[in-house]
Amino acid sequence: MIKTFKKGGVHPPENKISRNAALEQLVPEGIIQIFISQHIGAPAECIVAKGDKVKVGQLIAKANGFVSANVHSSVSGTVLGIENVADYQGIKKPAICIQVEGDEWDENIDRSPEINRDLSKTSEEILAKITEAGLVGLGGATFPTHVKLSIPKGKTAKAIIINGAECEPYLTSDHRVMLEKGEELLIGVQLLKKVVNVDKAYIGIETNKQDAIDNLKKLAANYSGIEIVSLKPKYPQGGEKQLIKSITGLEVPDRALPIETGCIVSNICTTLAVYEAVQKNKPLFENSVTITGKNLNVQKNFIVRVGTPLTQLINAIGGMPENTGKVISGGPMMGRAINNLNAPTLKGSGAVLFITKEESKRGTKSNCIRCSKCVAACPIGLLPFLLYKLAERNMLEDLKENSVHACIECGCCLYTCPANLPLVDYIRLGKTRAMKLIVKQK
Amino acid sequence: MNKLIISPSPHIHGEFSTKRLMRDVIIALLPALCVSFYFFGLGAMTVVCVAVISCVVFEYLIQKFLLKTTPTVNDYSAIVTGLILAFNLPSNFPLWLVVVGSLIAIGVGKMVFGGLGNNPFNPALVGRVFLLIARPVEMTTWPLPINMITADATTGATPLAIIKEGLKNGLTIDQIKSQADYTFTYLDSLWGQIGGSLGEVSAIALLLGFAYLLVRKVITWHIPITIFLTVTVFSGTLHLVNPNQFIDPVFHLLTGGMILGAVYMATDYVTSPMTHKGMIVYGTGIGLITIAIRTFGSYPEGLSFAILFMNAMVPLINKYMKPKLFGEIK
Repeated sequence: MIKTFKKGGVHPPENKISRNAALEQLVPEGIIQIFISQHIGAPAECIVAKGDKVKVGQLIAKANGFVSANVHSSVSGTVLGIENVADYQGIKKPAICIQVEGDEWDENIDRSPEINRDLSKTSEEILAKITEAGLVGLGGATFPTHVKLSIPKGKTAKAIIINGAECEPYLTSDHRVMLEKGEELLIGVQLLKKVVNVDKAYIGIETNKQDAIDNLKKLAANYSGIEIVSLKPKYPQGGEKQLIKSITGLEVPDRALPIETGCIVSNICTTLAVYEAVQKNKPLFENSVTITGKNLNVQKNFIVRVGTPLTQLINAIGGMPENTGKVISGGPMMGRAINNLNAPTLKGSGAVLFITKEESKRGTKSNCIRCSKCVAACPIGLLPFLLYKLAERNMLEDLKENSVHACIECGCCLYTCPANLPLVDYIRLGKTRAMKLIVKQK
Repeated sequence: MNKLIISPSPHIHGEFSTKRLMRDVIIALLPALCVSFYFFGLGAMTVVCVAVISCVVFEYLIQKFLLKTTPTVNDYSAIVTGLILAFNLPSNFPLWLVVVGSLIAIGVGKMVFGGLGNNPFNPALVGRVFLLIARPVEMTTWPLPINMITADATTGATPLAIIKEGLKNGLTIDQIKSQADYTFTYLDSLWGQIGGSLGEVSAIALLLGFAYLLVRKVITWHIPITIFLTVTVFSGTLHLVNPNQFIDPVFHLLTGGMILGAVYMATDYVTSPMTHKGMIVYGTGIGLITIAIRTFGSYPEGLSFAILFMNAMVPLINKYMKPKLFGEIK
């Protein structure tokens, strides 16, 4: 049976034009810059100094507290120091700069191509490995994985859900991982199950990736307790709440964490990183990144080292096309526009998308015709047209009453709006302001 | 280097635009328009042209010279208003009154509230009801469709009016049906060969447009289907109780612009509720009021009033019929 969630959602054109590009290694040259904060939580603490020699996979910044993550070198070479480096949006943050010299890996990392199927490690050992490897959620939020896997007292997990929906248009890196690293992925799932002590795992995949579904179904026959769930394509199916609803039929209660439903959701790339961290001793220093766009001559799915300058990715596809209007980190629905092409990639960089000048322009806004398409598209059951008006007038109390806090900023409302109103832009603003008010009132 | 555009997500936009939605409504009205040209001939053609042109011109003039804003006639919404208004008029309607009706529809129905999106009542219906109250004789003298050439030659009452008149004279439904001036058959009304305003007569043409609107996702099924169901259930119950006094539901569905009103006027975005739940409440209200007016009121036709009345209820419906919040805890 093909499942999906019922409330809201939109069907943007899939445009998965890079789906057939096999994963390729991209080894950086020159200078790379690794931010010491690549996750939600406290920035890591730098433990290397100028002039130090580092190897691939060596710890260079240590987690600072529980909600934080280790950062490892993605190259071998000499540390040039810590500098303030502009990120994708041009905001300067401290980063460790390393001059690349060769490609010498830390000797603890198992680089052999054999798959390590040994599942004898205890739950604590696995969690320790994940913490050590600096794993963060690679679906975009970059929340430290070990924190997510530490279940709050009094709650019990019932199932692990792996997010293979990849519902954003254009993105294909998860798809390639499911095709090329299927077995590693399934071992990663088994490890996750062990950590949170559950017997059941679901991998939800949209049917526009039938080859991935078939591949994983075949492989999952050898592993107990993993069910591959076919999902009907619909954005935002990859949203945590929507995915849990699609697969289990349970709704995460308003203002609560997903653990209330007994589900823990993990991304495909994160799950692969769990396998690599636990079975291969490989910390998180590279990630698969889709490089795509209708105006590109080549479509690529690269495995990119963290800290590689974007310019190197762009050079690898033969330069940026003339008519590029926008470069986006992530998918077209929720990704962020990049304005600094010299910025280094992050752990959570999943895609670089090029959009032509013509497509980059937003339509002129006109009067709201109250067609209620935004209401029908909202997967949370909000009234975007109303929240927009309230946010425009800064009516924070009313925003609060109309549950602005629940907005997941998926953009379905703006996507569907015939009057081109900047709905989610204003709602995002109103939400930020209303949340401040809520915090103040408490 | 190339200057990059920075904006918040989403970076792509769907296929909908106000223009496209309005264009689709116009396309959906085309079959019924052709039928009315066929049955009512030149009269229908001139009424439609005059209504559409005056609506567009009035909207342009008001925006340009009174409101001093950029005219938005290129969103096609004035054309839709003109078409719907014309569809509600008899094909032999005096043309100067068509112009007056258009002025009321656009001026009073739409522009005084701030233009498209801000009007509480369906503009075309405001125009129609104004004309109905101001010029009841012209508004209820319907040419009977014969064919292109001899159209406009004879006039007669609509089936609803005949039934109303007959019941008032103490006749039973069967007696009325056997009268000489009652030539109405269900088959005729499917194609449109009945007396009535120029766009309401052909059930098939209107339903064809309904299907198109559904396929193009311009409207959802909620409002029209709820109206049809309510009308069927309410008038069906009355009919079962006393078939001599109350005519059957099929008659109600096929006459008096029921399909035109339910599909094209009640579903007007601006004046209908925002949630599916609300649409069902709204549709039920329209169905109940229409049948109540038709069977117990003094007017033979009640759909226009029912829609306008429920238009007024929309803000209230929107206030109480909010969608269920994802994961809402009661």
